[in-house]
Amino acid sequence: MKIHEFQARTILQNYNIPLANGFLASSVQDALKAFNKLNKKVVIKAQILSGGRGKAGGIKIADTEEEVIKYSELLLNSFIKGEKVNLLLIVECVSVQKEFYLGITVDREKKKIAVLLSKEGGVEIEETATKEPEKILKVYIDPILGIRKFHILRMCCFVTDDKTLRNCLFDIIESAYNAFIENNCTLLEINPLSLVEDGHLIALDSKMNIDDNGLDVLPKGIIEHNCIRLDDEYEASQAGLSYIKLDGDIGCIVNGAGLAMATMDMIKIAGGKPANFLDVGGSSNPQKIIKAFELLLRNENLKSILVNIFGGITRCDDVAKGLLKAIEIFKPNIPIVVRLIGTNFECAEKILNSEEIEVFTDLNSAIKKVVQ
Amino acid sequence: MSILIDKSTRVVVQGITGRDGAFHTDLMLKYGTNIVAGVTPGKGGTTIGEVNVYNSVCEAVTLHKANSSIIFVPAKFATDAVFEAIDSGISLIVCISEGIPVFESLKIYNYIKGKNITYIGGNCPGIISPELCKLGIMPNSIHKKGKIGIVSRSGTLTYEVVNSISSVGLGQSTVVGIGGDAIPGTEFVEIIDKFNKDPETEVICIIGEIGGNAEEDAADFIRRHVNKPVFGYIAGRFVPKEKRMGHAGAIVSGGKGSAENKINAFKDAGIEVLDIPYLFGERIKITLC
Repeated sequence: MKIHEFQARTILQNYNIPLANGFLASSVQDALKAFNKLNKKVVIKAQILSGGRGKAGGIKIADTEEEVIKYSELLLNSFIKGEKVNLLLIVECVSVQKEFYLGITVDREKKKIAVLLSKEGGVEIEETATKEPEKILKVYIDPILGIRKFHILRMCCFVTDDKTLRNCLFDIIESAYNAFIENNCTLLEINPLSLVEDGHLIALDSKMNIDDNGLDVLPKGIIEHNCIRLDDEYEASQAGLSYIKLDGDIGCIVNGAGLAMATMDMIKIAGGKPANFLDVGGSSNPQKIIKAFELLLRNENLKSILVNIFGGITRCDDVAKGLLKAIEIFKPNIPIVVRLIGTNFECAEKILNSEEIEVFTDLNSAIKKVVQ
Repeated sequence: MSILIDKSTRVVVQGITGRDGAFHTDLMLKYGTNIVAGVTPGKGGTTIGEVNVYNSVCEAVTLHKANSSIIFVPAKFATDAVFEAIDSGISLIVCISEGIPVFESLKIYNYIKGKNITYIGGNCPGIISPELCKLGIMPNSIHKKGKIGIVSRSGTLTYEVVNSISSVGLGQSTVVGIGGDAIPGTEFVEIIDKFNKDPETEVICIIGEIGGNAEEDAADFIRRHVNKPVFGYIAGRFVPKEKRMGHAGAIVSGGKGSAENKINAFKDAGIEVLDIPYLFGERIKITLC
């Protein structure tokens, strides 16, 4: 799960990572208040989850009350990269001498935690990585050993000869690593990590992705925050479902991520367009199917639903029960195509036959039916 | 011959008293798996069916010579169950539990290294060698004994492929689901190496999906070491590109992980790539005849 910049700031602050002063604003009045409190030139940043927000016009600099009003009005409630802007972060504008990049992630290939430090940070970091990889140092940490002094010293010495700066950097890397581990992050980026006029480093922008399997360690306030609570994908994850909305019109309810992706691929090959990815996960619970229908039916583009379940740990009869209940509650007026096979299929067939729901066992026919 | 499991596999079920643990213990017993004990801390002394339940894996190993474990413990306690199995001397561990945090999987992977233990999972369907042993949750009825080895990152998608193969009258030597987690305990390459060395496995199927670069590694291994016919499938061809991790992920993987990249790697390695999972049976039949 991605979290917002302002939420990442709250976490980083708890680890004493220095940030630019700033306030959150949900209205133009709030933005003005923040501007007056900071009493200097400010940067107005739209709080959205997508990357590349600066290039998409989500970041503005304002020097006067008029500019603050103008840009806050422009950004609030606007859509950037398809996301509605509900909140702005107003931070002081600082003069930057140099920009670094600090990134921590899980390296799936090496099976270690990778800590990356770049001599040059900023929006072009991916380009730096391809064109000047020698500017980036990657250090791999064994998760059982954890980060040690020598790891951090190596990184500090890589980017600077300045002793004060090294000390400052040391603390930030150590704290960032702890924040990464203790909050079950899959990604933590501080970019840019900026050297400002007084010789200090501050985290000017940060990005955090949290392991969906580890959300329980996050401070409650972050998860419960409105921006996330309204999010269908988050709501799905709370119910044990994995859901990603797409732009097609055929809703998919599938068990298993691989089969869910394969089902989408097959719909596409057959000439249809999937409206979503939805994996109800292993272990069956009729409630999950009901929740899946609830989420899918919010999508106004939806023209039909394909339920594709290959029972293993998921039992077909549990799915059938959930299906009937969902139809009873939501009374969907679009066609529902059901494909069931595997564990407890016979019981499921009995349950559904009594309700006159046609059940396919072979996937080919079900896909054909839902695409036509 | 099968790989990983056979008639000598002596199984302890960790989390045997839970809903899924008890249900699948029964199905595995019906399939002929030699389940020698169950473990649920605090429920030692009880029984599930005719299987004795103990408080620790250690007792199951000492009293019943268990050498393999299957884990149904909820995600929150699953990592601990894996470490318990490792420290009790179990040499094959299959973890069905879904939802283990990435960092925990990393710790397991690094702890196990050099210990001569095979850890399959988490979030996996397990292993089955038709007519010999089932250490997993796959439906019993779709499998047939045969000469096709299957390795996959997905559970239900594997059932789809198995079903397609069995329905044309062919069968499987062993089917291994390595699981869909970002850090699986065992990767494709290790299983393909075993299939390659197994005289009874004549055809290998590899079922991958987007993300990571295990498929690319497997393709590289197959190109260099495997002479048996290999069939492949990649799920997620039409998953939108922007659903990816941020910069650090992109830098580390160097742009690897897309379906296109994986399909090309498969083709370059001489693997026959299928577009649709239920076509495996027909296509393999054509090749074999």
